[in-house]
Amino acid sequence: MKRAFLFIPVILAVVLGVVLFAGIGKDPNKLESALIGKPVPEFQLSDLHDEGRQLDRELFKGRVSLLNVWGTWCPACRDEHDDLVWLAEEKGIRIVGLNYKDNRDDALVWLDRLGDPYQVSIYDPRGRLGFDLGVYGAPETYVIDAEGIVRHRHVGVVNEKVWEQDIEPLVQRYREKI
Amino acid sequence: MYPELGQIALILALLLAVLLSVVPLVGSVTGRDQLQAFARPLSAGLFVFVALAYGILTYAFMTDDFSVAYVANNSNSMLPWYYKFSAVWGGHEGSLLLWVLMLVGWILAVAVFSRRLPAVMLSQVLAVIAMVTVGFLLFTIITSNPFDRTLPNVPADGADLNPLLQDFGLIIHPPMLYMGYVGFSVAFAFAIAALINGKLDAAWARWSRPWTTVAWSFLTLGIALGSWWAYYELGWGGWWFWDPVENASLLPWLSGTALMHSLAVTEKRGVFKSWTVLLAIVTFALSLLGTFLVRSGVLTSVHAFASDPDRGTFLLVLLAITIICSLTLYAFRAPVVHVRARYGSLSREIFLLLNNVLLVAATLLVLVGTLYPLVLDYLDMGRLSIGEPFFNLTFSPLGIAAGLLLGAGIFSRWKKTDGGWLGRKLLWPLAVSMVATAAVMVTYGAFKPWAFAGVFAAMWVTVATFWDIWDKSGSKQGRLHGLKRQSRSYYGMVLGHLGLAIVMAGATVVSNYGIERDVRMSPGDTASLGDYQVSFTEIGNRRGKNFTAEYGRFEVSDENDRVVSTLYPEKRQYMVQRNTMTEADIDAGLFRDVFVAIGERVSDDAWAIRLQYKPLVRWLWLGSLFMAAGGFLAIADRRYRVRDKVAQGKTVDSSGLGEQGRADPAGAVS
Amino acid sequence: MVRSVLIALLLVAYGPLLTAEPSDVYSFDNESEEQRFHNLISELRCPKCQNQNIADSNAPISKDMREEAYQMMSTGASDDEVVNAMVARFGEFVRYKPQVESRTLLLWATPVIVVLIGLLIVASIVIRARRNNDSDSGLTNDERERASRILSGDGSERSS
Repeated sequence: MKRAFLFIPVILAVVLGVVLFAGIGKDPNKLESALIGKPVPEFQLSDLHDEGRQLDRELFKGRVSLLNVWGTWCPACRDEHDDLVWLAEEKGIRIVGLNYKDNRDDALVWLDRLGDPYQVSIYDPRGRLGFDLGVYGAPETYVIDAEGIVRHRHVGVVNEKVWEQDIEPLVQRYREKI
Repeated sequence: MYPELGQIALILALLLAVLLSVVPLVGSVTGRDQLQAFARPLSAGLFVFVALAYGILTYAFMTDDFSVAYVANNSNSMLPWYYKFSAVWGGHEGSLLLWVLMLVGWILAVAVFSRRLPAVMLSQVLAVIAMVTVGFLLFTIITSNPFDRTLPNVPADGADLNPLLQDFGLIIHPPMLYMGYVGFSVAFAFAIAALINGKLDAAWARWSRPWTTVAWSFLTLGIALGSWWAYYELGWGGWWFWDPVENASLLPWLSGTALMHSLAVTEKRGVFKSWTVLLAIVTFALSLLGTFLVRSGVLTSVHAFASDPDRGTFLLVLLAITIICSLTLYAFRAPVVHVRARYGSLSREIFLLLNNVLLVAATLLVLVGTLYPLVLDYLDMGRLSIGEPFFNLTFSPLGIAAGLLLGAGIFSRWKKTDGGWLGRKLLWPLAVSMVATAAVMVTYGAFKPWAFAGVFAAMWVTVATFWDIWDKSGSKQGRLHGLKRQSRSYYGMVLGHLGLAIVMAGATVVSNYGIERDVRMSPGDTASLGDYQVSFTEIGNRRGKNFTAEYGRFEVSDENDRVVSTLYPEKRQYMVQRNTMTEADIDAGLFRDVFVAIGERVSDDAWAIRLQYKPLVRWLWLGSLFMAAGGFLAIADRRYRVRDKVAQGKTVDSSGLGEQGRADPAGAVS
Repeated sequence: MVRSVLIALLLVAYGPLLTAEPSDVYSFDNESEEQRFHNLISELRCPKCQNQNIADSNAPISKDMREEAYQMMSTGASDDEVVNAMVARFGEFVRYKPQVESRTLLLWATPVIVVLIGLLIVASIVIRARRNNDSDSGLTNDERERASRILSGDGSERSS
C-alpha cells in the first residue's frame, strides 16, 4: 500500500508533461476579445472623409462586416492593406475602417495613395473607441454580425490564409442567420 | 575554418559522454574494476572537449567573427570586450553551451574531489550526470548549434547585444545561476545511484550534502544577482516580479533548501531517507523544468529567450525522459521499510520535518501559480494571469511561518526536546524580539500588521541564533575558546539563518515603508521624497561607447538641506539596435536607497520623473550574500577535508563520531 | 506651457526661497488615494507587454489604461469598478490577482491544502514515534547497572 503512494510523483509528472506539450507553439500573447457576444460599444465619432458627419454603432446593423483597426504609424497595417483591398473588391466584404490614434490628413493621403478598402471609415484620434473595444495593438480585425454583435477578433495581419481559415467561415455563418 | 572544430569538439564530447554513461555503470553493476577505472579519465576528456568548444566560441566573439551566425546575432564590433566575452551566453545557443560546460565541470569536480567515495558509487554518480549531459549535448548539436555559419553572406557587422544585457549583471548573473541549477544534478545523481545500488544510508547522505550545499549557495547568489540587476537596470525599482522565469529559478531554490535540511536529518539520524531521495530528484527536475520554461515560449516573460516550437518539443522530450525515468525508478526502488526511529514530538527531527512541510508548500504554491494559466488554457477555460498580488498574498504567510519555526527550532535537540525547557528558553528571545520590532515600527513611523509580522520573524530568528551561540560557547576556558570550538558547519548554519533574517527584514521594510512618486519636473524644480528633497538642476547630452544619452542632473538633500548625493539618470539610445533605454541612478546606502529615473517627456521642458525611497533594500542582497557565505563555510568543515586513512569501502559510523573522534556538541545540527 | 515657463522664470528669479512643489503626474487629494491608485495600477496587467503591470510599462496601451484608471478614480470609482471596467474591455487576462471562482479554487487552495496534509503527516509521524518510544524500554536493568559502573570509572570493569 505504501508503495502505491510512491507512484504519485510519476503520475503527476506525466500529467504535467501532457499539459506542457499542449502549450508548445501556442502564442501566449494572442488574447481573445472580451467583447465576444456583446454589441459594439457606443461611440460618437466623425467620419474620416467627412468631418461633419457623425457615426455611431447603428452603422453596423443590417450586414455582416469586418471592423479593421489601423493607423499610418503601423507598419504591419501597410502589409495587410493590399489583402484588405482584395477582400473588399474580390470578395465583396464590407469592411469598416477604424483609424486609430492617427492624423486625419495623413490617413486620407495614405488611403488615396494605396487604395481605400473601407466602405465607411471612422476617425478615432484619441483612441476612445479602440480602448472600449479592447484594442491593444494594431492591426486588429473584428467580425461583426448584422445585429452589431462582436463575434470574433483577429490580432495581427489579415491575409488570404487567415481569411480562409478563420474569418470566412464565420462570415458565412452569420450571413445565413439574416 | 576553426568554428567547425568547435562543432567537432562537441561531437567528440558527445561520444565521450555516451561512454561515460555506460562503461563505468556496467562495471559497477558487474563488479569489473577495470571498467570502473574509466570513469575519471573519461570525465577529464569530456570536460576538455566541451571546454575546447566553448573556448572556440568565445574566440569567435572576441575576434568579431561574424561568419558564425550566433556571433552575428548577438555581438557587434563596437561592443566593449568584456561584453563580447559575456555575450557568449547572451542568447539561447551560447547559454546552452555554458549549461553543458557547467555540467561537465561538475562531473570533473566530482571525479576529482571524491577520493573517499567507493568506486561503485562514483561510477554510478558520474554515469548518471553523463546521461544528462548526453541529452543536452544532443539538444545542442541537433537543434541549437552555436557554430552555424552565415556563409556565404557574412554580414559586415553584428546585430549587437541587446542593450538591456550590456551590463555588469550579464557578466556574473548567468554563470552563478547555472552553477546552481546544474550543481543540483550532482545531488540528483547521488540519489539515482543510491536507488540503483540500494545503499541508501547515512553515509550516502554525508556524501551528498556538500555537493547540495555548494549548488544551493551558487543558486542563492545567482538569484540575488538577478534581483539586484533587475532593480538597477530595468528602471522602475522593482526587485522581484514573480515572473515565470524568476519563479523557475526560485523553485529549485525552495526545494533545494528543503533538501539541504532533510539531508541533515538523514545524515545524523538515518531517517526520512525516501523523502530525501525524492527531494533530490524533484529539485533537479525543477531545474530542468526551469530550463524548459525559459526556452520554449510556453510562458510569457521579459526574461525568456526567443522561442522555437521544435526546440521546445525536443527539450520537453528530454525533460520527460529524465524525470519520468527517475521517478519511476524511485517508485520501484525507494525503501518503504519503517525505520524504528525514536524521536519526540519536539525533537529536531520534527522541527526539520515541519521546515520541509513549509518549504514544500511554498514550492508547490509557486509551481501551481506559475503553471496554472497553462493548465486552464489547456482545458479551454480561458486566459488567466497570476502575478504579484497573488504571490505576495500567499507566499508571505509561509515565509513568516518558516521564520517563526526557525527561531524555535534552533534550540531543539535531536531525538527529544523537553517542551517546558524549550518554552522557557524562548521567553527571552520572544521579549527581545517584540521590543526590537516595536522599535523598528517607531523608526519608520507607522504600524502595519504585515510589517510587524515580517520584522518580528526576522528579529526572532536573529535573537534566537545569537542566544544559541551564547549558550553553546560557554566554556570553562573562556568564551573565546567556546566560540572557537564550534565547527565551521555550525557557523555556516548561523550565517545562513542570519542571512535569511536579513532578507526577510529587507523585503518587509522595503515593501511596507518604501515611497514611490511619479512627478512632473522641469529643470529647476524640487520634489520631496519622504525626508529628502530632490532637485532637478539640469538636462544635458552625452556620448558613450556605443550609445548617445540624454541625462538629467539631480541633487538629493536631506532635511538639513545638506546635499547628500548628485544623481545622473539618463535615457540612452543605442546606435545599433536603436532602442531607448532608461538608466536609473541610485544613491545606494546600507539603510536606504534613493532611486531616480527619467520617464517620458510630458511637454517641451518637463519630464515624468520617477522618485523612489527604498529603505533596507540592499539587505535583500546582503542577506543573500550571508546565506551563500554560510553555505560555502559549511562545506569547508573539517570533516569533509579529513582524508580517510582507512581503505575504501569500509562502512562509516552513521553518527559521525567515528572519523574524527570529536563529539558533536549536543544539539548541533551540523 | 505658458504656466511652466512662468514657474521656471519665478524659480530662476527667486531661487531657493520658493518651494514650488512640482505636481505629480497623476495628482490626488490625499495620500491614501494616491496609494490606492498605485496599488490598482500594480495589479493590472499590460495586455501587450511581456508580463508587466501597467505601472511599470511604457507601452501606449498601458498609458491609456493608467489614464482611464485615473479618470475613473477622480469621479469616485471604487477599486472593483476600475478593474471590472478594464476586464470588460481586455478580458480576465489583465487581472493579476485572479478572482476566487470555481476555476481558480484549486489555485487559491493549494497552499492551505499542502500545509494541512503536511501537518497531518507530521502528526502521524509523531504519534507513531511516540508509540515506538513507549514500547521500547531502552536498556534493561542489567545493562543499566553495567553502564553506571562503567561510567563511574570502576577500573575492574572491562567490555567483553
